Amino acid sequence: MEKGYSSNSDENLIQAADYVEKPESQLKEMWETLKQNKAAVVGLFIIGLLALIALVVWGSELLGKQILPYDPNYSDMTQSFIWPNAEHWFGTDQLGRDMFSRILDGTKISLFVGVAAVAISLSIGVMLGAIAGYRGGRTDALIMRIMDMMLAIPSILLAIAFMAALGKGLDKAVIAIGLVSIPEYARIVRGSILSVKENDYVQAAKVIGNRDSRIIFKHILPNIISLIVVRATLGISTAVLDTAALGFLGLGVQPPYAEWGDMLGRARGFIFTAPYTLIFPGIAITIIVLAFNLLGDGLRDALDPKSRIK
Amino acid sequence: MLLEVKNLRTEFKLKRGTVRAVDDISFSIDKGEILAIVGESGSGKSVTSLSIMGLLQNPGRIVGGEILFNSQNLLKMSQKELQKIRGNKISMIFQEPMTSLNPVWRIKDQIMENIMTHMKISKKDALARTIEMLDTVGIPSPAERAYDYPHQMSGGMRQRVMTAMALSCEPELLIADEPTTALDVTIQAQILELLYRMREKFHMAVLLITHDLGVVSEAADRVIVMYCGKIVEEADVKSLFAQPLHPYTVGLMRSIPQIDDDSDQRLYMIKGMVPNPLHMPPGCPFSDRCDSCLERCTKDMPELQEIDGHKVRCFLYDKASEGELSTK
Amino acid sequence: MLKYIIKRILMLIPVLIGVSIIVFLIMRVFSPDPAPIVLGQHATQISVEAWRQANGLNDPIFLQYFHFISGALTGDLGTSFYTKMPVIKEIFSRFPATIELAMVSIILASLFGILIGVVSAVKKNSIFDNAGMLLALVGVSMPIFWLGILLIIFFSGTLHWLPSSGRINPLLQPGHVTGFYLVDSLIAGDMDAFIDALRHLVLPACALAMYSMAIITRMTRSSMLETLQQDYIRTARAKGISEGKVIGKHALRNGLIPIVTVIGLQLGSLLGGAVLTETVFSWPGIGAYTVACILKSDFPVVQGVVLLIAFVFVLVNLIVDVIYAFLDPRIKYSKKEG
Repeated sequence: MEKGYSSNSDENLIQAADYVEKPESQLKEMWETLKQNKAAVVGLFIIGLLALIALVVWGSELLGKQILPYDPNYSDMTQSFIWPNAEHWFGTDQLGRDMFSRILDGTKISLFVGVAAVAISLSIGVMLGAIAGYRGGRTDALIMRIMDMMLAIPSILLAIAFMAALGKGLDKAVIAIGLVSIPEYARIVRGSILSVKENDYVQAAKVIGNRDSRIIFKHILPNIISLIVVRATLGISTAVLDTAALGFLGLGVQPPYAEWGDMLGRARGFIFTAPYTLIFPGIAITIIVLAFNLLGDGLRDALDPKSRIK
Repeated sequence: MLLEVKNLRTEFKLKRGTVRAVDDISFSIDKGEILAIVGESGSGKSVTSLSIMGLLQNPGRIVGGEILFNSQNLLKMSQKELQKIRGNKISMIFQEPMTSLNPVWRIKDQIMENIMTHMKISKKDALARTIEMLDTVGIPSPAERAYDYPHQMSGGMRQRVMTAMALSCEPELLIADEPTTALDVTIQAQILELLYRMREKFHMAVLLITHDLGVVSEAADRVIVMYCGKIVEEADVKSLFAQPLHPYTVGLMRSIPQIDDDSDQRLYMIKGMVPNPLHMPPGCPFSDRCDSCLERCTKDMPELQEIDGHKVRCFLYDKASEGELSTK
Repeated sequence: MLKYIIKRILMLIPVLIGVSIIVFLIMRVFSPDPAPIVLGQHATQISVEAWRQANGLNDPIFLQYFHFISGALTGDLGTSFYTKMPVIKEIFSRFPATIELAMVSIILASLFGILIGVVSAVKKNSIFDNAGMLLALVGVSMPIFWLGILLIIFFSGTLHWLPSSGRINPLLQPGHVTGFYLVDSLIAGDMDAFIDALRHLVLPACALAMYSMAIITRMTRSSMLETLQQDYIRTARAKGISEGKVIGKHALRNGLIPIVTVIGLQLGSLLGGAVLTETVFSWPGIGAYTVACILKSDFPVVQGVVLLIAFVFVLVNLIVDVIYAFLDPRIKYSKKEG
């Protein structure tokens, strides 16, 4: 007399089929849902705009052409501390450099460090997490205990220590920030692998005699790729914030690069006399971080099956 | 009449359209009576009970009709006035005993909260009453179990706790929404027996919502069969089982396995599926699954008509059928 | 329960040892040699060697570590290369300032975070909800130090309402009892000092609290949204209790369980954020001091501080777990039975 049951089990079958679908289609579905999310589209749009700015500035730099209103590194002490006006939209800094040009120039640094640092933590973190989750036992315990230890030290302190050990500079900042967030990725990947590992299709792949690395890359990782994409997107915003923090403390990217955090740190002494020198770089950081957060949140919602039903 | 529901209509406004979950239904319950509403999931029986309790959640909304409780319209009452009735004059037990109790509160605190909301008695007396209620619903060593958390109890025990809580203020009407569905068969019978006993003890009316005709035959005085938000048949339990009129009811009964049935026939199944609530057929909602579907069934909606105190919504019993029935 | 706590405390030891090894390796193996910094650029090779010898830096690395860890077990973390003061003393003269700042921040963050989160969840999709979520989004996107700078520009620079740096007017400094000026001034019964300390604390605490508040707001909202859908909330409503009680006593009590974990994690990140806040507000705490010591390769201080912070961090996690078990009876009992 219960007639609902047969259709229920059909649903389960469909869900099971969903689970093993190809990664491309999983990402495609995410994209379809993402398009409906206004906030995420706004975030994506801002990121696109910033990426365009960064590319144009970088490209023109390579070609030796001046596309920015002023040379971001040209200092003229007679022109220092000019408040924002029609000629210098964001004013000039303590060395008489045009703030607007410097902030546009800084886009490429922040985007580069953010993406590159995440690439480091992502690749190492995913690898460690996959090994720990898949192998289990002592390997798992060893890797995860080290991750726990890293998490017990505030990441900014750890990054500072790495910077102190490695020395200052763009490449070192990327490495330091990248190393610091490895544990997050390792944890997520390990957790997902533990839950996916026992699935029938993974067991089946094992029984057929697939190699471990093949199982991890072919059968397990594709199923948690969307989770990793979300984490990485949000991770970029954290990396950008960390870059700015290191720069602010005078430890990060060094001149002649125009890095927003570094600009803030160097202008600190003029907080009451020229507050605008401290306002615009901060807005720039906030916008880029906000954009990645919007996109990351949107991706997470798109991934959440509850919101997909709508 | 204790409760009179008149032309109740409840809708769910979704993005893709409006679902008429309860579509113009009317019925009443006498003092001390057990009325069962039977139907599949999606038939609107649970929405009916939540409408009476005033517990509909967004996007559900009552768009028409009256619900008279002791001649007072519940739909015209403020939240404050309703709160005085809920848990007090009308109380409810739910389908899921596993999730319907607050996991972080002791049993006694959850029952005492109900008592102290509606009765002006001391904490000590409320605790005494709680233990007494737990005893009444058949929980062994109630004075100790009162201090348990829900997760320490089995499903059947939790449903007893729910019942004790619902009965703690001696309601005039108890709404039991699938009280036995989530339980083992043996426990089901115990809970039904408990409801029956409590009805006798407290002289309350019970609105029993279920999809299980077996439960209905054991417990109910009168039965309403719902399909797609409409009442399709209403009768006292004896005449319904002796002579089901609506093809849907007939189908439901034929799909119950009979132990004493020696024939090799396969169990009957109603063909097809419940129509999509967003795309209802224009005529009778059961028309596309009905074995005796007439041409007009797919065009017009039959009215609910009364034949010897037995109400049915079907064209088969329009005019001509009168003579046929009276010969029986 | 007690057994569980003891077991957890014992489990802290390997984590702390691991942390100390990580710090030791980063500092002593990879960091710049402190000798030239301590002795100056013009120090002779001989004096550098003598200094290194005297401070044990020429010993094999595992021997150095053994000295450090055996000292740490007896409560001796060594002396600073620069001030020649015991590290313990250096730390405890600054630690209360950081703890006071972090505590006030976490209280602010939890209070407002939970409040905004609950109202946002209850009034889902209302103007309040949208405004609250926007605030939370901006809160996680703003650099802490920049928010501090904005607060100084506005409240100290433009409005002249609040001081922009320091902990207290030195003339009002209360006698040392706990090291927390808010507490010490109250103990001394000195209201002027209390108010002055509070005025100094407001801006850095707000700057530091913002990020955590934003995280707690988001977590509270999603936790409450989920809790409000639960069957037992419907049961509570069916009892006829007021909506305020349904939310406060039934929903929040359950919704709080995951929030406690988040608050605990935030306390850890606050200690990191304190590094930046202290720099912006010239707050005489441990954070800004540690940065300076890392850059000067003052190994003993850095090792001591990181070990202490890691200890606080794991201790907070332990406390969170205990509170968790307290809030959720299902956990407590399964432990007892198991």
